[in-house]
Amino acid sequence: MPATASESLPISGPDDVVVVRQRVRELAIMLGFRLVDQTKLVTAASELARNTLQHGRGGKVEITTLQDGSKKGLRLVFEDQGPGIPDIERALTDGFTTGGGLGLGLGGSKRLCNEFSVESEPGRGTRVMIARWA
Amino acid sequence: MERIPILKIGSYLLVSIQVDMHDRLAMSLQDDLTAHIVKARAKGVLIDISSLELVDSFIGRTLGNIAAMSRVLDAQTVLVGMRPAVAITLVELGMSLPGVRTALNVDQGLALLQTAIDQGDHGAGDGV
Repeated sequence: MPATASESLPISGPDDVVVVRQRVRELAIMLGFRLVDQTKLVTAASELARNTLQHGRGGKVEITTLQDGSKKGLRLVFEDQGPGIPDIERALTDGFTTGGGLGLGLGGSKRLCNEFSVESEPGRGTRVMIARWA
Repeated sequence: MERIPILKIGSYLLVSIQVDMHDRLAMSLQDDLTAHIVKARAKGVLIDISSLELVDSFIGRTLGNIAAMSRVLDAQTVLVGMRPAVAITLVELGMSLPGVRTALNVDQGLALLQTAIDQGDHGAGDGV
């Protein structure tokens, strides 16, 4: 799927989480996402940005607009150089948390998007990709 | 620091969240509201989220905490005005806000609060 434009935003404080979701909302509206689809993508972005901040000790998100024929979409890649996830399978289980939250972030984000992948290496960091089509 | 205003109307407190809440703001609302409940001897708390375009797990958890803390302080909480897209997303995310009373708008929320207080009801999530 060809990417049409890409930008990167830092995630180093709680205010950046708000900036990320506002930017994702703007782009989703621009690409013609329906309200429910906008809300799902922005919510997933908020969960993952918070994960990057809290578990990954900060990082960045790469936002790419996608075009596949007449289909338009958004891909978000969250990257950090934090401690990594030792057991991804377990981290995707609802209710599993190490951060004092509800443990819905990763599994919930997966349900809210069309495409999802996570790569992590203990001690090296985590990379989570989500995409949703309008 | 930015604050969400809390209005006292009779024995109720009314909160209308009009901004995209960052995590610290959600936490300060939780602290401010519990302090206000005690100070104002409030019996009910109405939280209007009709302007909120997003409720993620953190905001959802904070709203649930507020409802639980109010209950412990002998006040009822009703959440009103959730947008349909937010409701769909929240449930798909895995959060159904157990223990939080909801109503479609402020009028219905006030009626629900009044009924709950008249009946001496202690909330939806008690399981007793």
